[in-house]
Amino acid sequence: MTAISREEVAHLAHLARINIADDQLEHFAKQLDAILDAVAQVSQVDTADVPAMSHPIPMTNVFREDIPVASLAPGAALAGAPAVEDSRFRVPRILDEE
Amino acid sequence: MAEALMKYDEAIANFDPVLGLEVHVELGTNTKMFCGCSTVFGAEPNTQVCPVCLGLPGALPALNRIGVESAIRIGLALNCEIATWCRFARKNYFYPDMPKNFQTSQYDEPIAFEGYLDVDIDTDEGPKTFRVPIERAHMEEDTGKNLHMGGATGRIHGADYSLVDYNRAGIPLIEIVTKPVEGTGKYAPEVAKAYVSALREILRGLGVSDVKMEQGSLRCDVNLSLRETPESKLGTRSETKNVNSLRSVERAVRYEVMRHAARLTAGERIVQETRHWHEDTGISTSGRSKEDAEDYRYFPEPDLMPIAPSREWVEELRANLPENPAVRRTRLTAAWNISDLEMQNLMNAGVLELVEAAVSAGMNPDAARKWYTGELARVANERGVEVEELGVTHVELSRIEALISEGALNDKLARQVLDGLIAGEGDVDSIVAGRGLAVVSDDGPLIEAIDAALAADPAVVETIKSGKLAAAGSVVGAVMKATRGQADAARVRELLFERLGVSE
Repeated sequence: MTAISREEVAHLAHLARINIADDQLEHFAKQLDAILDAVAQVSQVDTADVPAMSHPIPMTNVFREDIPVASLAPGAALAGAPAVEDSRFRVPRILDEE
Repeated sequence: MAEALMKYDEAIANFDPVLGLEVHVELGTNTKMFCGCSTVFGAEPNTQVCPVCLGLPGALPALNRIGVESAIRIGLALNCEIATWCRFARKNYFYPDMPKNFQTSQYDEPIAFEGYLDVDIDTDEGPKTFRVPIERAHMEEDTGKNLHMGGATGRIHGADYSLVDYNRAGIPLIEIVTKPVEGTGKYAPEVAKAYVSALREILRGLGVSDVKMEQGSLRCDVNLSLRETPESKLGTRSETKNVNSLRSVERAVRYEVMRHAARLTAGERIVQETRHWHEDTGISTSGRSKEDAEDYRYFPEPDLMPIAPSREWVEELRANLPENPAVRRTRLTAAWNISDLEMQNLMNAGVLELVEAAVSAGMNPDAARKWYTGELARVANERGVEVEELGVTHVELSRIEALISEGALNDKLARQVLDGLIAGEGDVDSIVAGRGLAVVSDDGPLIEAIDAALAADPAVVETIKSGKLAAAGSVVGAVMKATRGQADAARVRELLFERLGVSE
């Protein structure tokens, strides 16, 4: 039985840049508990002889040659931007970081 | 806001500094690490971008072979082990200069690990070699560039908004991390500087990066902590970013030693945080507090296959590494019979490679040094470019030297030929012909010019005849002027004495 604390939910929310009201923390903590419990069933399987796997296809060293290819047409990259200034993406100021 | 500092000597008397250095080097590959976008510096903003480096949905990365090869070569040059198998990982965090919302990096499986770099520093007891242990060198990608707009200072604090250019996003980076560097004592600042300097030299020698600190292709973060004695456990460290010159590396270490010492002595804690170095004022200010590694929620990158460099590949790369720069310097200093100071001059002028190339092509070492550290360095310095960029090859310099030894050119004319070469007027012989620069070798016009000079200054004739040979200088000068520098000064002197019946 896992037990996710309110603080852990608040921290995860911060890392994910999601606003969660204080009175919702408990609610999500319970849901996350249920999800983790469900996933934790996997740990009942005996995996002592099974190596961990991150890539299902047994390939290595898949390389591309260092030859330039055309980038997006000028302006195309910016076409979907909410705001543009001087050919750059305009974003809200960033606080408390960097 | 300036913080309290303790005098450096006092700080060192009371505490033992432990250094850590993280260097990011931007590789000089043609394309980015995971896509084929060009990496050329200075392009219009957001023109060297594609769905991969912009993090558009569904885009898949493809790994640059030269990026991996460069990482292995760097690892080998730093005496590292090369992983037999390793993966990329996603480092998750949100920041507008990173459009994917994660940086593709390596986590616990760096491509190179367990190396060292020996650096030389001057101590009170004379030169000493210090071994800096290297923890790892791993592959990752650069971020975009932010421009903070508005606000009073143009800095991030008080900025109204930011503008982002993603041309740099995805350019291959190698991050080289030292282990805690212990036992430096008071020489911590010098060791830090010598390490970055030696590393830069190695990277330049490998040809993997242009390693320009001022342009950000080599960036250094300085970690520092203090402890009471070398036996105490490690203290809390600060990480100072934006240390963008060799001088700043030294100053930032010194500053942090003094700042930590003042805090600790006052009974305050050191906060584990990122600090920002200010080149202009020579102080650091507090930045964000560090996120813990677990906050980055690293996990193996599913879109890139693991890398398993074959031992044959690694050994081939090892066999073709350039000579270690320090070893090479010692060898060339001996071979060219020059002093350590003269070698230092070659290094400072950034012309060692050029001189070596010239000498191996058969040019006399002294002549090659004369041109590269003299006239060429002067012109390059005047124009604020590297000597290399002047585009004068040793083939041309050799030709100039040959013409000088034949007596067809003198030093003054040779400099004019050089001007012509830099101006792109063609090869040496066509510039000599085009500018009419040949030394006047026929005695007739020289004698005429000597006679004219003597006629203009009759008093000098008696002065010279009375034995004051130094007075000949003004006559030679007048002849050189009359022939617009095209006379051979030694020959003029000879002819002058002949005419006056004086022997030297």
